[in-house]
Amino acid sequence: MTTATTDLDRPATPPAFQEISPGRKFRNRLATVLVTGAFLVAMVPLVWVIWTVLAKGLHRVLNADWWQKSFGGLTSRNPGGGVYHAIYGTLLQGLLCAVIAVPIAIMVAVYLVEYGRRSRLAKAVTFTVDILSGVPSIVAALFLYALWVTTLGLPRSAFAVSLALVLLMIPVVVRTTEELLKIVPDELREASYALGIPKWKTIVKIVLPTAMSGIITGVMLALARVMGETAPVLVLVGYNQFINYDPFQGNMASLPLLMNSERLTTNAIGEARVWGAAVTLVLIITVFNLLGSLLSRLTAIKTK
Amino acid sequence: MKINRHASVLGAVLAAGALVLSACGSDNNTAGGSTSGAGAPAPTGTAQVDCGGKKALTAEGSTAQKGAMEAFIAAYGQKCQGYQLAYNPTGSGNGVKNFTGGQVDFGGSDSALKKDKGEVDAAAKRCKGNPAWNLPLVFGPVAIVYNNKDAQELTLTGELAAKIFSGAITDWSDPAIAAANGGKALPAKKITVVFRADESGTTDNFQKYLSAAGKGAWTKDAGKKFNGGVGQGAQGSAGVADAVAAGDGAIAYAEWSYAQDKNLAMAKIDSGSGPVELNAQTAGVAIQSAKVKGTGNDLELDLKSLYSSNTPGAYPLVLATYEIVCSKGYDADTAKAVKAFLTVAATDAQGQLQEAGYVPLPNQFQSKLLTAIQAIS
Amino acid sequence: MSDRSSLRRPATTATSGGPRGGGVTDDEQFAEAPIPSPPSQSAAKHGRLGDRVFAGFATGAGVFMVVLIAAIGIFLLIQAIPPLADNKASFLFSRTWNADPADLNFGVLDLLLVTVFSSVFALVIAMPVSLGIALFLTQYAPRRAARPLAYLVDLLAAVPSIIYGLWGLEVLAPALSGFSVWLNENLGWIPIFADGNVSAQIGQTIFVAGIVLAVMLLPIITAVSREVFDRTPTPHLEGAIALGATKWEVIRTTVLPFGRPGYISASMLGLGRALGETIALLIILSTTTQFFGWSLFDGGDTIASKIARASAEFNDPKAAGAYVAAGLVLFALTFVVNAAARAIVAGHKEYE
Repeated sequence: MTTATTDLDRPATPPAFQEISPGRKFRNRLATVLVTGAFLVAMVPLVWVIWTVLAKGLHRVLNADWWQKSFGGLTSRNPGGGVYHAIYGTLLQGLLCAVIAVPIAIMVAVYLVEYGRRSRLAKAVTFTVDILSGVPSIVAALFLYALWVTTLGLPRSAFAVSLALVLLMIPVVVRTTEELLKIVPDELREASYALGIPKWKTIVKIVLPTAMSGIITGVMLALARVMGETAPVLVLVGYNQFINYDPFQGNMASLPLLMNSERLTTNAIGEARVWGAAVTLVLIITVFNLLGSLLSRLTAIKTK
Repeated sequence: MKINRHASVLGAVLAAGALVLSACGSDNNTAGGSTSGAGAPAPTGTAQVDCGGKKALTAEGSTAQKGAMEAFIAAYGQKCQGYQLAYNPTGSGNGVKNFTGGQVDFGGSDSALKKDKGEVDAAAKRCKGNPAWNLPLVFGPVAIVYNNKDAQELTLTGELAAKIFSGAITDWSDPAIAAANGGKALPAKKITVVFRADESGTTDNFQKYLSAAGKGAWTKDAGKKFNGGVGQGAQGSAGVADAVAAGDGAIAYAEWSYAQDKNLAMAKIDSGSGPVELNAQTAGVAIQSAKVKGTGNDLELDLKSLYSSNTPGAYPLVLATYEIVCSKGYDADTAKAVKAFLTVAATDAQGQLQEAGYVPLPNQFQSKLLTAIQAIS
Repeated sequence: MSDRSSLRRPATTATSGGPRGGGVTDDEQFAEAPIPSPPSQSAAKHGRLGDRVFAGFATGAGVFMVVLIAAIGIFLLIQAIPPLADNKASFLFSRTWNADPADLNFGVLDLLLVTVFSSVFALVIAMPVSLGIALFLTQYAPRRAARPLAYLVDLLAAVPSIIYGLWGLEVLAPALSGFSVWLNENLGWIPIFADGNVSAQIGQTIFVAGIVLAVMLLPIITAVSREVFDRTPTPHLEGAIALGATKWEVIRTTVLPFGRPGYISASMLGLGRALGETIALLIILSTTTQFFGWSLFDGGDTIASKIARASAEFNDPKAAGAYVAAGLVLFALTFVVNAAARAIVAGHKEYE
C-alpha cells in the first residue's frame, strides 16, 4: 500500500508512456492503408460492372416497346421489339418456384425448431439442408433433366426450370426461417399454451406471424437470387422469341436465357439486346431486394 | 389484425405480380420491324404465290440458316398476310430427328439425309411411303477470317488452310504462306487458330472443304466437331469472330455475316486459278458450278465437286444447307402452305439475303428449285 | 434490468397476440381460451387432431427433404452407371472427354483439374481482399458508415453471374490483355505464367475467369467473416487496448485469433461456390484441344461449364449419363468442401 502511494506520488516515469516505436507505428499505418485499400479494391469491380451494364444497355430500355413487346417476328438485324416475353418468363418461373418452395421450406423449418429438436430425423434433415445449400445450380438442373426428361419422358419446359429453382430456394428459406423461429421468445409460446391454445395454432398464429416479416424478406432475397440463375434455364428450357404464357408446354424465354441467346449475335443490335436485358434483370433483382426490406418493415410486428 | 395486414400486403404483391404477368405484352412488331428496312430491297423475281393452307407452319434445324429463315419468315408474312412459320434453330441433328418424327413440317439441315444412318428410310416413313427431298435453299459462304496487323491482304490455298488448321504451320512467317502471297514473308508471329467449340454444320463443311481442297494435307476427319487438334474454341460464330477481333495473330472460319459485322479481314482463296475474294458474285459462280448428286427433284449437292473445283472466279468455300421436305404425303393444307412458303423463300425473299450474309440463288439454280417446289403435293 | 424488460416484452406481445387470433376466428377463440373445464376438453380434442395433422405435415416436410437428397443421389447414379459401364477410358484418370454414345471414351480428370485450379486461384485472390474488407467494415469504418458500406459489398452478390461472365469477356479480358501478355513474357519462367494452350492476348483464360470468380466470392467470404469479427468479445478488445496496443495490434492479437476459424470456414464456403459456378466460366473460358498444363493462361472447361456447354447433346440418354457422371463428381467435391467448412466452425460454441 505504502509503495503504491509513493509510486502514485512520483511523477510518471518515462517508460510508462514510452512513445510507440516507429516500427509499430509504421505497421499500424500500413495495416490501415491495406485494409482500407481492400475495401476500395472491392468497389472497383462493382462500379465497373454497374457502369458497363448501364452504359451499354440503358439507352435500350428507355423505350415503351421494350417493356411491352417481344422479339417476335424480328430478325437479328431488325432494331425494335422488347423483352416482355423474357420478363414474363423470369417472373413466372420465380413465382412458380416460390409457390412450391416456400410452404415446404417453412414446414421444414417448423419441424426443425418446434418438433424435431435433437431427434435423429432432425439431424438428418439439417444435414440434407446443408447438402442442398451447397448443390451447384448446374447439378440441380442436371437432376431435374434426369428426372423430368429422361425418366418421365416429359418435354423441357418452364415448369421444369421452376422445379430446379425450388431445389436452390428451399435451403435458403429453411435456413432463414429456422434462425427466425429460434429467436421467437419461448415466453410467447408458453403464454399461448397457458391459454389452452393447441400447439399447431400457437405456431400458425403466434410463432410464424412473429417471424413473418423476416421470412418474407428472406423469400424475396432468395427469389432475387434464383431469378438470376442461368444454368437451369440453359439445360431445362429452350429460348423462344415469341411470348409463351404456358409454363408446361413449349419454349419460354427468360432474361438470362435471352442474354445467352442474343450474345451469339455479333452486331450492335444483338449487343444492345444483351445489355438491355442485363439492365432489366438487375432492375428486377433490385426491386425484389428493396421489396424484401420494404415488406419486412410493413409487416413487422410492433413490439412496443 | 396483423395477420390481415400480412395477407393484404401479400395480396397486393400478388395482385401487382398478376398485373405484370397478365396478357399485356405483344408479339406484334410489324410497325417497328418492317419500316426499319429502309427502302424495301428489290426482290429477285417475284413469283405467283398461292397463299393458303395451314396458318402456322413449324420447322426446326440448322443454326447456320437461322438468319436466312428469319428473312424468309418476314417475307412470307408480308406476301401471305396472316401466315407464319416458327423456325426453331436447334441444330441440324434435331431438325432431321423432329422432321422424321413428324413433329415439324420440314427440317433444316446442313447435310442431306444420310442413307447409312437410316435417315432416308425414316423420312420416307414419315412421308407415308414417299421419298423426302433435300432442297439446297440456303447458301452461306464461309469466310476464313484473320487478324494480323502486318497483313492487309492474305491469300490462302486449300492446302495452306489445311496445314494451318491442323497445326502443321504455326507461324505467320512460314515460307509456305509467303509463297502464296507473292513471295513476301510476314514478320514472325504465332498463329492462333480459333474454332467453334460447339457442334456445328459450319465446322463440318469447313473440314469437308479442307479434305477436298487440301491436297492430302488434311488428314483428320470431317464432322461437326473441330478435329484439327490445335487452337482454342469459342462459343458460336459470334464468339469466334470476337476472339479473332481481340487477338493479333488469330485465324478462324466463320459465316460471312459475322465477318462483315465485326469488320474482320477475310482471306482470298486461290484454288489454282488465282486469288478470289469472297463476295456474292464469286460465291454465286461456285454454286453454279456445283453438281447435283440427287436424282430428279432431290437436289442433294455433290460437295466434293464444289469444294475441289478450280473454276476461275469461284469462291468455293460455301456452306449449302438444305430444307428437307416430303415429296408427297403431306395433307392438303400443309402441302399448300409449305409450297407457298418455299416459293416465297426462293423468290421474293432472295433480295434480303445478302444483307444477312447469305448468297442469293443463281438463276439457273433458282429455276431448278422452283420446279421441285411446284412438284410437292 | 435486462431480464425484467425481456420478461415484459413477450407479455405485451402475447396479450396483443390474443385479440389478433380472435380477430380471425372470434367465437371459437373466445370460447376456447378463458373458460377452463368442459368446453376446453372438446377444444383440446380438436386441438389434438389439428396438432397431429400439423405435426404430420411438418415431419413430412422433413422426411421429404431427406428423401429428396437421397433421390437426387440415386437418380444421378442410375443415370451415370450405364455410360460408365460402356466407358472405354478410365473415368477418374483419363483426360480425354468423348461422350459420343457410339464411342464412349470419357474421363473427368482434365475437367477436374481446371475446376480446382481456377477455383483455388480465385480463392487466393479473394481471401486477402475479403479479410481486408471484413476488418475495414468491422474495425475501421465509422460505425454509422459501416452499414451502408457493407450493403455496397453485398450488392456484388446481387449481380447475376451471367452479367459477370459477359463483363469478364467483353470488358475485363481486353482490359487485362496487355497485363496478361506482360506477365507471360516476363514471368513466363514461373509455371503458372507459362505459355498456355490459348492466347493470353485474347484473354479467354483461367487468369481472367479466376479474377471474375474472385469478385463473385468477395461478398460471400466477407459476409460471414464480418459477422464473426463482430462477435469478438469486448473484454478481449478492451484488454488489448488497455495494454497500449495499437489498433493493428489489437486486431492481430484479439480479432484475428478469435475470427480465424470463421474466416477459414467462410473461405471454404466461397470455394464451394466457385467450384460450381457455371455460366460465367462458360462464357469466359475458351475450349481447347490440348490438355490443361498448369498455366493461368490455359483455357479449358470446368465440370460445370462442360455440362452446360453440352446441354444440346442431352437428347441421348447415354451421352447425358456421361455428363451426369461428371456432375456427380462435382456434387461430391462441393459436398466435401462444404462439409469441411462446417466442420471447422462446428467446435466453436462462441460463434453461436
